[in-house]
Amino acid sequence: MTTQLSHVSNLESEAIFIIREVAAEFERPALLFSGGKDSIVVLHLAIRAFAPARVPFPIMHIDTGHNFSEVIEFRDRMVERHGLRLVVASVQDAIDAGKAVEETGPRSSRNRLQTGVLLDAIEQHRFDALFGGARRDEEKARAKERVYSFRDEFGQWDPKGQRPELWSLYNGRYKPGEHMRVFPISNWTELDVWNYIRDAEIEVPHVYMAHEREVFMRDGMWLAVTDFLQPMENETVERRTVRFRTIGDATCTGAVESAADSLDKVIDEVAATRITERGATRADDRTSEAAMEDRKKEGYF
Amino acid sequence: MDLLRFATAGSVDDGKSTLIGRLLYDSKSIFEDQLASIEATSHDRGDEHTDLALLTDGLRAEREQGITIDVAHRYFATPRRKFIIADTPGHIQYTRNMVTGASTADLAIVLVDARKGLTEQSRRHSFIASLLRIPHLVLAINKMDLVDFDQDVFEKIRREYIEFATRLDVPDLTFIPISALYGDNVVDRSANTDWYKGGTLLHHLEEVYIASDRNMVDVRFPVQYVIRPKSTEHHDFRGYAGTVAGGVMKPSDEVAVLPSGFTTRIKAIHGTNGEVAEAHSPMSVVIQLEDELDVSRGDLICRINNQPQVTQDLEAMVCWMSEASQLREGSKLAVKHTTKWARALVKDLRYRLDINTLHRDESATELTLNEIGRVRLRVTQPLFADDYQSNRTTGSFILVDETSNVTVGAGMIRATE
Repeated sequence: MTTQLSHVSNLESEAIFIIREVAAEFERPALLFSGGKDSIVVLHLAIRAFAPARVPFPIMHIDTGHNFSEVIEFRDRMVERHGLRLVVASVQDAIDAGKAVEETGPRSSRNRLQTGVLLDAIEQHRFDALFGGARRDEEKARAKERVYSFRDEFGQWDPKGQRPELWSLYNGRYKPGEHMRVFPISNWTELDVWNYIRDAEIEVPHVYMAHEREVFMRDGMWLAVTDFLQPMENETVERRTVRFRTIGDATCTGAVESAADSLDKVIDEVAATRITERGATRADDRTSEAAMEDRKKEGYF
Repeated sequence: MDLLRFATAGSVDDGKSTLIGRLLYDSKSIFEDQLASIEATSHDRGDEHTDLALLTDGLRAEREQGITIDVAHRYFATPRRKFIIADTPGHIQYTRNMVTGASTADLAIVLVDARKGLTEQSRRHSFIASLLRIPHLVLAINKMDLVDFDQDVFEKIRREYIEFATRLDVPDLTFIPISALYGDNVVDRSANTDWYKGGTLLHHLEEVYIASDRNMVDVRFPVQYVIRPKSTEHHDFRGYAGTVAGGVMKPSDEVAVLPSGFTTRIKAIHGTNGEVAEAHSPMSVVIQLEDELDVSRGDLICRINNQPQVTQDLEAMVCWMSEASQLREGSKLAVKHTTKWARALVKDLRYRLDINTLHRDESATELTLNEIGRVRLRVTQPLFADDYQSNRTTGSFILVDETSNVTVGAGMIRATE
């Protein structure tokens, strides 16, 4: 008789427990879905958690308008296949309605605008719990965040005032206007995520695998040429074989040079890599050492 | 490959963050950009060595003040095991943080400064580890480099600790002489401690046997969620989702459902990806029963001849975690036990425990932040409870302030009446 679960099964069971707990105790949960691998894994866990019934809450996409087209196609296919409800909150709509002001200049990004759009959508749909795919190994501030991350009526995270979290006894109590962010894969690493994607045969957007595309170098990162992001005068466009380690807003997500064109090769590459995924490819986290901490306090994912 | 969750505890200058940094660094779990970032910070601050402690200090205030505010989680893996570290700070709110970080730990490392020997903090951390029933305890005697790797220093601390530990309940105790700063006996064997015959710290973490730590005897399945697809394809499907808290469950097993007491058999067990032949802790599964019973969240499935206490009176050790309020006789609180919420009334604070001397103060009238005491509670509906010693899931509960909704207490059930 096997009495020890493998570590990935252990993490899977823990995540499914958390997802079911939220579905049982909250009135209006939703799952934040970016099309990135972490939110894909959380969605897959939610599908497993309630099978053979459907996922009992909607998925919400905060759409910056600066998407990789493959990712949007992927999202819509998932919604169709699993009978999901999709809520889209659009940064473009917020800009059009004058609720958000676009940054200008070649280094502008809509990353920061997502926070306001997200908080408005939470209020509009009266969501009281939002699942996210954040992992504690991603970043220093996240290493200190609870699985149930309480947000006040302004959507803010208070790192010093977090509720103690003991055993598997999650405290989901809140007052009107407050809500909870819930991170079921808090304890997973990047490698765990990829191993799970392989073992559970989960489909991911092709941009995670090595492919050729037009890129240019900025601040030591390869950025993809898209409709929303063009090189500055001194930057040269090249065709290179790259893949993405994270997928965020297309204007601030860098690619890495890679020949890993299959899941097995990606896993080998991740296991051997010596640079964190955010350090390598996210301009938004490089702004300052405490960039993530500051954005989280404001209500970021 | 399996998973080991461990907690680290130590006083502010015991070198705990350095030890974790060393484990991550020597097991090659640190990324180049992380290293570059802390090297730059160390250099800017004028440190003599690259301060590996910076790897674990996550928040701005912590980096600026060189302190650790809250429990941080770290991850690393070797070819043998994957590890989750709960790094708990030693100085402020020590009890609250350590209880939080250690509640799910398989093992705890308590750091002792070889120059200072056992301190109040080391005794306190050990006591909390034993209170939380962490099955394996490692006393890492650090800064051996500052006492010339002297065996006598190590042996003296070891003897003193063994004497102290007889008053605790520690099933497995290991002593390792280390230098976190230079790496002696952390990942690699030290050439400075020929007299030490045991393994390195990492070797111990990789090899410690944890398979028998979970309760595989007493079947406990708190029902978490009822799955009813109501679709044409699965019209009659009714499954009870939850995580096995103890014992081994198999199809055709006879079971009882509490509180109704009705008995039936297990029809099928669905794992996370299809049917499984058996389920044990901590697997998340869906159970189908032979008979249509009225089962809902908060109920508990167990064997007919092996049931938990069904009780509204709890006797427990409670650790109080709130700055803003105190636990007193007459306090009314919300309580969460397994998948069930109820209200609780504090009937009696039997004693407050001095966690340095283990003295019981029976004249105490309240518990304040970081204090631990024996408490009797009356709850509004029956709970299905075990002694914490036999089951960490059905034996634990949290207390929540009904006004602020903050988690204010952690309870470990001692005896049920």
